Amino acid sequence: MRKLTTPISEEAVRELTVGEPVSLSGIIATGRDAAHKYIIENFVSTAGNPPQTEQDTYAELKKVLTNGVIYHCGPVVQKTNGTWSFVAAGPTTSIREEPYQADVIKHFQLRAVIGKGGMGAKTLQGCQDVGAVYLHAIGGAASLIAQSVKEVLAVHKMDFGVPEAFWIIRVEDFPTVVTMDSQGNSLHKQVLERSSSKLAELLR
Amino acid sequence: MQNLTDAFVELIRRAATQLPGDMERALQQARTREEPRSAAEGALDTILKNVEMARTNSTPICQDTGTPIFEIYYPVGVSTRQLGEQICQACAIATERAYLRPNAVDSLTGKNSGDNTGIDFPTMHFHEWDQPDIKVDLLLKGGGCENVSTQYKLPNTELGAGRDLEGVRRVVLDAVNHAQGLGCAPGVLGIAIGGDRGSSYIKSKQQLLRPLDDTNPESQLAELEDLLCEEGNELGIGPMGFGGKTTLLGVKVGALHRLPASYFVSVAYMCWANRRASMRVSGEEVTFA
Repeated sequence: MRKLTTPISEEAVRELTVGEPVSLSGIIATGRDAAHKYIIENFVSTAGNPPQTEQDTYAELKKVLTNGVIYHCGPVVQKTNGTWSFVAAGPTTSIREEPYQADVIKHFQLRAVIGKGGMGAKTLQGCQDVGAVYLHAIGGAASLIAQSVKEVLAVHKMDFGVPEAFWIIRVEDFPTVVTMDSQGNSLHKQVLERSSSKLAELLR
Repeated sequence: MQNLTDAFVELIRRAATQLPGDMERALQQARTREEPRSAAEGALDTILKNVEMARTNSTPICQDTGTPIFEIYYPVGVSTRQLGEQICQACAIATERAYLRPNAVDSLTGKNSGDNTGIDFPTMHFHEWDQPDIKVDLLLKGGGCENVSTQYKLPNTELGAGRDLEGVRRVVLDAVNHAQGLGCAPGVLGIAIGGDRGSSYIKSKQQLLRPLDDTNPESQLAELEDLLCEEGNELGIGPMGFGGKTTLLGVKVGALHRLPASYFVSVAYMCWANRRASMRVSGEEVTFA
């Protein structure tokens, strides 16, 4: 199995192909619906000049996301003696971020997006342009994935609520599969084409 | 009336952390069917490991603990208002104990209530029955699979679906193809034929409470269930949509009376984490299943 550690180089990502299992380690950030909308409105559409109130968050996120990884996840967390930990942390459905993802990849030079269900043509193009991949985690495997989250380093935008906040976490051997690579291949597209032609046969 | 709050917390804990035995066995069987060393086999391996870990550690199987849907059967004279209050209290306690993720968001302000209570949240359906016991079934219905659930209005010209069981077959297969892996396949389908739009959706979700190995007493529907499961799997979408032999673990169909003008088919897609649990109160004794 291929092992990757953040920060990740463009070369390392360009070598990955669809179907390959990848074990990921290092510091990553969670971010889902509210997070992507926030990034677009405050960072992308201002070309990296966010309003005063958001500048600290921007600086912190930039450190993690440049050559980094965003994880579509809204975790179950617990606070014990002032320290956060992840109790359950599987991926959420990624396609909801399709309108935003390519711009977020471009803006931060993201190298990987982790989620489930795959994404569309715009994100696939973004992966090709920048040199990034889509890593599929196993949907629902939340207790198991939480075991690879070794440490919660910070949380930003807690006012979005626990599932929607940016959680900065250190992971070790997070199990994923490449389902969209930086050469324009998508396993999701292939499976859809095959199942659609089978459906046509069944409905004949 | 006795206070059942603690029992409801235990019901929620069981539903969130212990996958029912029939679901786990079906996943184990599915694993043996996939190609060795395929992504599909790997996905099922991870799922089964996760199921065991969640049970052992008493942590949620999936971080999306979903909409808690309670089906409550009670004898005459029980206060449904009190039961409802105790269930809401139990949801808040279960959230504090991290059995549930805070999942109730105000649709206008976007604010999360933080304790899984809110306007019509959790979902509760009360049914008076003629038995002396109180019985409560709980389903935790995740959001990812809820988003690929759907409803068809027959006839549907595009799919060549008329107002009969062949029409139902055609639209259900279309729904499975649309869902791909997005509902966390391999899934279970709860299907309702008829009703109005609202009752049809409720009925389709109630089908998900049926054990995988039961037999529909209506023979036409029993046949349809088997056929749809077989043909759904022929689509080859596979676990997580990686491609593979198992796309569906089960299909359950129920029928409702409908208006002459309407013929709805509702498809409730449930992820492999079909989290259901049940409790029964007989006098002072509470038992779980």
